[in-house]
This record gives sequence, C-alpha cells and structure tokens, in this order.
Amino acid sequence: MPSDSENKKPASTTKKKAPTAEQMAAKQQEISVTEFFEKNKQILGFDSRSKSLLMGIKEAVDNSLDACEEANILPDIEVRIDKIDDEDYHISIEDNGPGIVYRMIPNVFGRLLYGSRFHALRQSRGQQGIGISATVMYGNITTGKPAHVVSKIEGEFEMANEMDIVIDTKKNRPITSNENVFKWEGKDHGTRIEYTIKGRYITGKQSVFEYLKNTAIVNPHAQITFHDPEGKKYVFERATDIMPPRPKEIKPHPEGMEIGDLLKYSSNSAQKTVAAFLKNDFSRITDRLTKEILDISKVDGSKSPGKLTREEAIAILDAIKQVKIMAPPTDCLSPIGDTLIKKGLMHVLDGLRPEYYATPVTRSPKAVNGNPFVVEAGIVYGGDIPSDSQVQILRFANRVPLLYQQGACAITKAISEMDWRRYGLEQRGGKGIPFGPAIILVHVASTKVPFTSEGKEAVAGFPELQSEIGLALRLCARNLKSHLNKMERKNKTHAKFEIVQEILPDMAKKAAEHLGRPVPNLDRTITRIMNVVWIEPSVKKDGKSKRTVTYTVYNYTSTVRTFRLHAQLPKECLKDLSVYSSPYFLDINDEGKANWEIKDIQPSTNVSITFDLTGDMADTFDADDIYFSGLNPVMVMGAEMLPGDWGIKGMEIVESADDYVADDDEKEEEEDEDLDDE
Amino acid sequence: MNERQQKALDSLTGVVEGIYDQLDGGDIPAMELPLRSKKNIEFDSRHSVWTYGDLKTSRTAKTVNGAVMMLRTVYTSDFINDMIRDSKSSTLREMYYISEGWNNAKFHSQDESNLLAEDLETITGCMREDFKLRPEESGAHVYGDLNFTTMTKKGMKTMNCIDDVSEAGFAVPYKVEEDTFQIDPGNTKFIMAIETGGMYARLIENGFPEKYDCALVHLSGQPARSTRRLIKRLNEEYDLPVTVFTDGDPWSFRIFASVAYGAIKTAHISEYLATPTAQFIGVTASDILNYSLPTDKLNDKDIGALNAELSDPRFADEFWVTEIQTMLEMKKKSEQQALAKYGLDYVTDTYLPEKLTDMGVL
Repeated sequence: MPSDSENKKPASTTKKKAPTAEQMAAKQQEISVTEFFEKNKQILGFDSRSKSLLMGIKEAVDNSLDACEEANILPDIEVRIDKIDDEDYHISIEDNGPGIVYRMIPNVFGRLLYGSRFHALRQSRGQQGIGISATVMYGNITTGKPAHVVSKIEGEFEMANEMDIVIDTKKNRPITSNENVFKWEGKDHGTRIEYTIKGRYITGKQSVFEYLKNTAIVNPHAQITFHDPEGKKYVFERATDIMPPRPKEIKPHPEGMEIGDLLKYSSNSAQKTVAAFLKNDFSRITDRLTKEILDISKVDGSKSPGKLTREEAIAILDAIKQVKIMAPPTDCLSPIGDTLIKKGLMHVLDGLRPEYYATPVTRSPKAVNGNPFVVEAGIVYGGDIPSDSQVQILRFANRVPLLYQQGACAITKAISEMDWRRYGLEQRGGKGIPFGPAIILVHVASTKVPFTSEGKEAVAGFPELQSEIGLALRLCARNLKSHLNKMERKNKTHAKFEIVQEILPDMAKKAAEHLGRPVPNLDRTITRIMNVVWIEPSVKKDGKSKRTVTYTVYNYTSTVRTFRLHAQLPKECLKDLSVYSSPYFLDINDEGKANWEIKDIQPSTNVSITFDLTGDMADTFDADDIYFSGLNPVMVMGAEMLPGDWGIKGMEIVESADDYVADDDEKEEEEDEDLDDE
Repeated sequence: MNERQQKALDSLTGVVEGIYDQLDGGDIPAMELPLRSKKNIEFDSRHSVWTYGDLKTSRTAKTVNGAVMMLRTVYTSDFINDMIRDSKSSTLREMYYISEGWNNAKFHSQDESNLLAEDLETITGCMREDFKLRPEESGAHVYGDLNFTTMTKKGMKTMNCIDDVSEAGFAVPYKVEEDTFQIDPGNTKFIMAIETGGMYARLIENGFPEKYDCALVHLSGQPARSTRRLIKRLNEEYDLPVTVFTDGDPWSFRIFASVAYGAIKTAHISEYLATPTAQFIGVTASDILNYSLPTDKLNDKDIGALNAELSDPRFADEFWVTEIQTMLEMKKKSEQQALAKYGLDYVTDTYLPEKLTDMGVL
C-alpha cells in the first residue's frame, strides 16, 4: 500500500520535464536486423522450446532439399538429436548436397537475410533465406555455444572445410573460429551443420518425427534418416529415383507490384534505360507493351532506371493497370504430380494399411496478381486409420509440411467449407473438419506462397486459391466416393460369387456324400443363379517391387462370349514381357493403356490373364480398375464399362439377345421373431 | 433304433435328397417353410390349440442367407444321422460348437442353431428330441404327491415328488415321453404352474400342496418344451385340471399363452405341447384392483407388448381383451409376491382358495 505522504505529494513536483529531441537522439541507435530478430524470436517461429527445436531442423532440412534439387542430386539426409541435459539438445543435420565453397560458409550460416533473392522468383522451400542463420543465432543466444559447420564440394582433390560460427548480433556478421581443412573420408560432397539449442523434444502431431515423415511423403525422391534422442533410428527410404523437375526462376510479373518493389527493382537494375528495364527485367512485357506503358505514364523511356522518381514510378504502376498483360508463365512451378503423391503416401503410410488411396489431383496452374500457383490434393482412406476422430490433414507449401496453426490456414478453411457427407465422410451439419478414417493431403506450390506470418505456418487465403483447393479436393473426394460405391457394389456381388464358388459346391459334395451318390455337376444351377460374365482380379505381392496381377474371367452365362478388357497400367512397370505373352493380349499404347480380347469363352468355363508389374510404381496399380467393352453391362460383374473418354475405340455394344433374367434378389420374407418363446 | 428315430432318419434323408435332386437337375435349390409369425397361426379346432396356417416362406439358394441355411440343413442332417446311428445325443449348444468345423455352414450364434433345429422339425414333422438334440436343463421343478418313474444311471427308478426329492422338488428332464418317463398321479387333484421361484417356495413352505392335493410346477420363466409337455401329459392322460399362477404383467400373460395355446415359435408341435384347458389364476388386472395390490408403472415396452397382444389371435377372447384393456387403462402392473402385503399366509389362506373356488377347481 502506498503511504499517505506519497499520495499527497503536490502535482507539480511529479510532473517530469519533457525530454528534448536531443536527449532522445542520444538514446536512439541503430538496431541491426539480427538484434531485431533476437528481440522478436516468435516472428521466426522460435516461440516455444519444442517449436524452436523443430524450426531449426526444418530450416536445415529444407535448405538441404533445395540445394540437392538445384544440383540434381538425390537427397540423402541424416538428422540426429542428442539430449545433453534437461533443456539442451545437440542437433546435427547432414546432407549429400553439392557443398558450400569455403568463402561462403560463414555468410550462409552466420548472416541473417543473406543470399535472399529479391529479384528472381522461384518455387523454393526456404523462399526468404532467413532460416538457417536464425537457427544458428538462436542456438548461440540460448546456450552460448557456437554452431559447427562441415562442408565439402565435389572434386577428387577437394578438401572439406570445418569451422565454428557465432553471429555478432549487432553487426549481423559471422565470427568464425577453429577453422580446419581435412579430408572427409567416404564423403564426395555434402554439408553438416551442428548446433546446440535450448529446446524440448516432443512426440505427436507437431514433432520432429511428424515433420520428417510428412517431408518424406511429399519428397519421395529423398532418403531421410532420423536418430531420436533415445537412440532409436528411423529411416524413410527413398520411394523413387525420379527427381522432381527443377523449378525455373522467373522474373517478377508486373501485376500486383507495389511502389516499393518497383523502386527497389529499378535502383538495382543493370539496364541502361527505363524502356529496357521494363522489357527485360519483368516477365510478359513485350516491346508493344513497353511502348504503351511509357505512352500512358508519359515517362521518358530513355532515362536511366536508377533515376526513376517516385512520381514516375506511380505513373508507371498506373499505366500497368491499364494495359493488358499476359498472366505469368506457370511452367516455373514443380508440382509433385499425382503418381508421386500416391507413391509418397503409400510409402510412408503403408503401416496403416489403408484400404484406398484416392487418385491424387494436380490442378493446372493459375496466376493471381502476377503470382503463379498450383494446388494438389490426395486422400487416403480406411485400414487402420482411426475412424472415430477427425480426419488428419496434411498441409504442405512448396513441399514443406506445415505443422502449426492448422486452424488459421486456408487449406483447413477450404476443407471445412466442403460438404463431405456427400463423399462418404461424416460431418456435423455439413461444415467443419470431417470425421472418418481418412487422411487428406493438400499441397500448395507457388513462386510466392502467401503465408499468414513470417513463421510460414499457415497459408493465407484469397478467393482464387480457396476455390482451387476446393476444386482439387472435390475431384479427389469424388474418386473416394466412387471407390466407396464400388466397394459396396463389390461386397454385394461378391456374395453371389461366394454362393457359386463355395456354398453350392460344398452343398453338392455333402449331399452326395450323405446319400452315397456322385457329386452333381453344378454348371447349369450356377448359370441360373449368376447369368453374368464375372471378372475377378487378384494381386500377388512378390517382394517390394513386384506384383503379379491376375484377372480370372468366368463365363457364368449360357452362351459363348467375346469381349474386350482394358486397363491403364503404369507403363514404367512393364519392363518384362509378361504382359505381351498373354494369348489374349491385343495392344498397349504409349500411356500404358492395355487391351485384351477374350474370344469365344465357353459357358461354365474360365480363363485368366496374368502379368507382372515390376519397379517402384508396381504397387500404385489398383487391380480393381478394370474395364470391359463389347458386352451388355448388365451381363458383367467385377469390371466397369469402358468410359467413353478412354481414348481408344471401344467395340460397339451389342445388345445380347439371350434370355437375360432380371436379378430378383428379393429378400426372403422376414421370419418374424415373436416375443413369447422359450 | 426305434420307429420314431427311423422316421426322423428317413425324413432328414428326404430333405437332403430334395436338395440333391434340384442341384442335379440344374435348378436353384429352394425350400418352402411355414411362415413362423403371429400372422400365420390358426386355431386347430381338432386339438383346440394354435398351429401354423398355410402361409409359406420360400428359401432359395439365390441369396447368401438362403444358400447358407440350406448348406446348414445338409450338414445338420448329416450330423443327426451320425448321432442316431451311434446312439449319441447332443445339446443344442454342443451342436453350435460342433459346427465350428462346418466351413460356410458354421453357426454364428446359438439362436441360429436353435432356429435350424426348429426348421427341421417343421419340414419333417418330427420333434427335436427325435433328432437326439436336447436343450440345456431348464431349471423347471415339480413338487407334490405324485410319482415319476424315470431313467437314471441305475436304471428305471420311481420317485415321489415330496418324499424322494429335496425341498426344491423334482427336476424335470428334457425328455418326458412315455418310453422313459412314466407317471403315477397318486392323490393329486390338480396342477398349479407357477412363474416365480419365490412363490413356488412360499406355497411349499405354507404346506399348500399337501393341504389341497395339488402338484406345483415351477416354470422358471418361459417354460421349456419338456415342462409344457409334462403339463400336457398330466392333463391329457390323467385328467388333472391345470391352473397357471403368474405375475400380473404382459410378459406373464404370454407365459400362460404358451402353456395353454402354444408358442408361436413351436406352433408346429402345439398339439404335443399346449394344454388348451389350462386356466389362468392371476395375477389379473382385476386382481390388482380387487385386492388393491402394490403396483409398478407400465414402461413403454410393457405397453407395446400389451398392444401386440391385442392383435394376437391367441388372446382374442373376451376375458383377455378385457384384462389387457384394463391393464392398459390403469397403466399398472404387479407381481405375485405383492400379495405379501397382507402377510405371508394370505396367498395360501385367502387369495388362492378364493380364486380356485371361483374357477371351480376346489
């Protein structure tokens, strides 16, 4: 409690004199970028111990993947976490990337904002180049220990360099020590960064393990090894040797540009005139457009871009809004692609034995405000995925998993706004995150992914992106729904197959045995019950990369049948010639669309088509995706009718003239249970 | 092998033959069975019991259910055939476990195997006991001055149901046919079937059977077949009047119906099991009012059961319609033992003598 005397002090004595501008100036000083970040760690995502641990690893792994991609190397990344004491962890991340030349090492790891590409746009993981040095700095600040970097570039006579690095936070400059040059045995090229950081190791949804697992899903070309603090080792094996295409750099697109951007570009430009600057430093600006912009803005095209005034810049921006500029090129993006998404999901989620991987969807790229973007989606369903909780959402931006701020993310929003009940998932009131045994994956790739914050944890929404995500999800969900329908149909029809394949033969055998008579021939009875051509797929797993697919075709009708079967095979898996050797094989096209003809199959007989699929993609083939043509669809079970857009000339469907009996599956009249029985 | 067993054997073989011939002829095996629901029970005026009518349900191998039931029929016939030949018998529960080895014909619950045994009875016109299938012991007991001569491990033995049994009475076996179970009614003048064990014990303790020359049969809930068959034989062969004393609720009315008119599930053998002259003592809805007995409220299930009884042909007479409607109106039910409100002796000294006199039994 303040004493009375204090309270009674006259107002005049407590009133402080206003500090003069001079006095204030004495206190004002330059705050370096580094210092700013030290004081605002949470901006970079270092806002909790467990998150700090994850962020550091994330930055390092993202950089490694980017570097490997750029150098066209299949990434091999090893992450190791050792617990030193309660809060201190020693982290080591080693890659097989191209390495870093000696003179650049300190800058890459010890200088914030270094190497940022301000004037070229490219789909990359890091995007800002702020990450790894922030990690080094955070380690320095929290534990006082320097980071240690080892790197070697390719070359028979190249030596490896190693050094300790701390960051001078005032000057944003690296200070190195303990430099050493040595021969890195057994390593052709690559980089290892080690640092000590205050953190907390956790498991679960926002853990390092989860991050690496999700990274493996969208980077099936990478091999990632993880040693957790308890000494357990996890290996996410490489699922494919196919490198993703290298994202191309593009020049900025003028649309959506701010005045500051334009002035920055113009002052840095190497061009001699404003006209050349406009034409050469931006994408999609032609000679004609240059002239139009200069005409409208009334800016002298021959002056040096460095001398562009603010007013002139504003005039140019106005002019840009008035002319019609083509959307930016979209070939600079590198989506993962439907096959590889499926492959990645299958590879990593195999332990859950999902029942179905909905064919992933890669939308065609779109551009908004000069930024191209592309959306991809995939859904995994069934198996051991828990069915009584919300679906799991895997969010990715430029192949980087997003683990935090799910609720704030445009991806989550798009999922919540869809009515999933139509697609076979539960959802209360048709809004919100659906429930069911599913995992939904969404990947947004762009030269500039709009994040909600500098921590890059949630994608910010804008209408075009929102609608693209919705469209991708709907396409994917439709695949899921048609699978669920198919399974339901299959279960129903399979019951009949069970009757004729198991129950009737057993009944005939047992009855014959009981009566001491010969086992009767069931062909006619079976034909009467079925009256269809039955196609039964089966897949035999032979090791990791071989699948033997067999289609057994039963003619359960009373007439001789001729028709065709069609399937889209993963063509890279047809290295051996087994598919060609089937007597029913007709042809296969470049896309892997294969056709077979079953000629004159006799009633009550069956034939089989067998072939092997080998290689990485063998397991991506779904044997249930088999189509037929040349038969009345009511006569076929186990295959779908060839869709019109399959791209091959299907045989004409001849209405069969025989006695097709409508399926009268009427239920047996319910045998009412009465209540009053013994 | 006796005649009944030979008939059972032949009938079962006939069923299997029917299936075999249909398969051999290229047809889809099918079977017709009487529809076993209350829609399809009719009064058989010759026996004065309720039996199945002409409605049929057809079972076909076109559906998985139908095919599996037929496969089970074949397996079960074969199994029963073997048992009869080997002079063995099995409980229904044992058959359920034996089916483990029957592939697709396996029973998934005991209800399924019980149902199939009843199916075979309706198809062949034989009884479960002829198939050497027996239920678990039901827990039904008899107490009173009458003698049963029955098969024991030491041969045929005669037992008096007061002198030679424990306080709980004589345990009714699963088969009570003449060949292994002979009856000497002694001094017994009438039979009283009682729903609850509590009331059965009360009457024994109060010396009611001795005083009124009455034989008590403890039904132990819904009576098992052999209990109903025993009551039927006592009534039909020895002219003993049968009375039924139960709780006063819709479920107890059904117990009476199955003793007197036949149960729906076993309507194909009602003429063996039902005792059409059996009389209901109570507790009736009118008793609840007349004796102002303590009551419980009817719950939704009770009300549903009462309404179902109103559309049950077995209850379609004036007495039952009045009783059921009275109960529905007062929305109350009562237990036998509620009579203890007036003291432990009230039931034997007052209630039963009054009721039995009214009914003309005493």
